[in-house]
Amino acid sequence: MHNFTPISALIGGIIIGLSVVFYFYTTGRLAGISGIFENAITKSSNRLSNVYFLLGLVIGPLIYYNIILPSEDIAFTITHSYGLIISGGLLVGLGTRLSKGCTSGHGICGIGRLSLNSMLATVIFVAAGMLTVTILQQYGIHL
Amino acid sequence: MNDKFISLVSGIIFGIGLVISGMTNPEKVIGFLSITHNWDASLVFVMGGAILAFAPFFFLLKNKEVSALGNRIELPTKQQMDKKLVIGASLFGVGWGLVGLCPGPAISALAVFDPIVIIFLISMAIGVLINTNILK
Repeated sequence: MHNFTPISALIGGIIIGLSVVFYFYTTGRLAGISGIFENAITKSSNRLSNVYFLLGLVIGPLIYYNIILPSEDIAFTITHSYGLIISGGLLVGLGTRLSKGCTSGHGICGIGRLSLNSMLATVIFVAAGMLTVTILQQYGIHL
Repeated sequence: MNDKFISLVSGIIFGIGLVISGMTNPEKVIGFLSITHNWDASLVFVMGGAILAFAPFFFLLKNKEVSALGNRIELPTKQQMDKKLVIGASLFGVGWGLVGLCPGPAISALAVFDPIVIIFLISMAIGVLINTNILK
């Protein structure tokens, strides 16, 4: 576990959780990102608010890297295989809306609400992700 | 303080939490999914921290009738565990493993100005629309 960073992970996680609390307390809505994304591109209810939330998701990292810790480099390593990117994007979009939640909607809000459906969904998507990565590693695609 | 401003601020805080946690980096997420090889358990701490921060407030607030902005409290309706939940979560998991991006970090990753992120987001939007327009 040479890349294990429990402290920053925990601090970041608590900040994410407090954002979900703040959003729920003020707007009465749960911050599931795949749902916010779907509403932003499809429905008219709260559509602009959803776009603003997504805009915030982009501005947050920009503030962090330019104002809070400008000395820190952005760590970002991603595959540049179009096949993986396009199929991954399609599956993430379709799968999260079919099961009505992603890492935030099921993994954070759902488990926090003690929803059994969300607990099951989280176990399944983590297991499916682990299986996928393990298989890709056999073919030398992920390190 | 209106709904749009609050949504923007919530998104900014969420995005800052994501970068601090390291989860905006697909390599880090794949390190967590790499259970058999150099496993990086950090994501457990991200999710655990977020759940611990959220859960107590949720149970304090969930029975209120309106939110601080005067909106109706919107909670997901109780649903049966069904095929859609299982199949959807499985498909999502496979896609997550292929690239190392889930919806939140994928949007925050626009901050790195890599065009590949835009291709991922367009594909993700098409996936969402397939569900909204065809499967629903």
